[in-house]
Amino acid sequence: MSATLRVQVWRGGADGAFREYEVPRRESQTVLDVVTHIQRALDPTLAYRYACRVGMCGSCAMMVNGAARWTCRTHIDKVAKDGRLEVAPLRNLPVIRDLVADMREFFDKWARAGGQFRGARSRADDFARVPPQSASRQLADAGIECIGCAVCYASCDVVARLPEYLGPAALNRAWTLVVDERDAVGVERLRAVAGDAGALSCHTHLSCTERCPKGISPTAGIAGLKRAVSRAALEGEL
Amino acid sequence: MSARRETLLWVAQRASAAVLALCVTVHLVTIVYAVRGGLTGAEILARTHGNAAWAAFYVVFVLAVSVHAPIGLRAVLAEWLAWRGRSRTVALIAFAVALALLGLRAVAAVFG
Repeated sequence: MSATLRVQVWRGGADGAFREYEVPRRESQTVLDVVTHIQRALDPTLAYRYACRVGMCGSCAMMVNGAARWTCRTHIDKVAKDGRLEVAPLRNLPVIRDLVADMREFFDKWARAGGQFRGARSRADDFARVPPQSASRQLADAGIECIGCAVCYASCDVVARLPEYLGPAALNRAWTLVVDERDAVGVERLRAVAGDAGALSCHTHLSCTERCPKGISPTAGIAGLKRAVSRAALEGEL
Repeated sequence: MSARRETLLWVAQRASAAVLALCVTVHLVTIVYAVRGGLTGAEILARTHGNAAWAAFYVVFVLAVSVHAPIGLRAVLAEWLAWRGRSRTVALIAFAVALALLGLRAVAAVFG
């Protein structure tokens, strides 16, 4: 392990540039530790986002050596074997400043994909009983742990080519609701994800699945949506 | 573009892909099998002329191509050139018709 790490950090907005910093190397150091060191010890003007530091909140994702990652749980040992690191704001999103990307479009797409749960019961009704082993619950379980970090969105080449594409996270969210037994939105949501910016535009590159820090496969959820919308279209429901 | 039409186009492309997978396999295996001892153009035509079964097979092949390729190209045009709307639809229908006519003409020439 070398004593220092040479870190290229994106500074400024979309027309900014990388600036190099030298950061002391430590045991069990994460990329977020490095960025935090730069801001606290070298350059307090550096803007970046984080909250929980333990992989729960999804706010610290950045491009690390060209790949989107959650920085709080990405160890330097893993990504900077040669002592060099490049940190940039998430791809496919506008840059606000330095390492902070504008997440509005990302979350607006969740809403556009019908990402809100709407059930048929009121608070006067008893709890819905969904057996944990039921097929629909198992399908929902596979995608439900998304933390909204946008790593998948930044890794998706379809988003890069087709900016209106809803993206893996929003479609994964829609899928977890499509398979939710309590859901009452039904065909309306399928319509929202079946347009030319929806699930059918996925090229199954699997970048989202490869990069998801939570081990979710948005690709599998999107494939489920493709089947669901196809069935609905063929049955004349769409 | 309605969600329904978009989805039906997608289904048509997947269904035609399944037909093409079979057609391409049969086509290639037949070629390799038929020419393994050497075969001239005249010999091929002598075998194919008047063969209704193979003519029907290649008609299906050509029609599957005419469905599959324009729908795929439609996505490519949207993603690479941001070309959408009526002009794209007209261009793609013309492309589909051209593929079908050229293909069916070839089928008529080889099997007719």
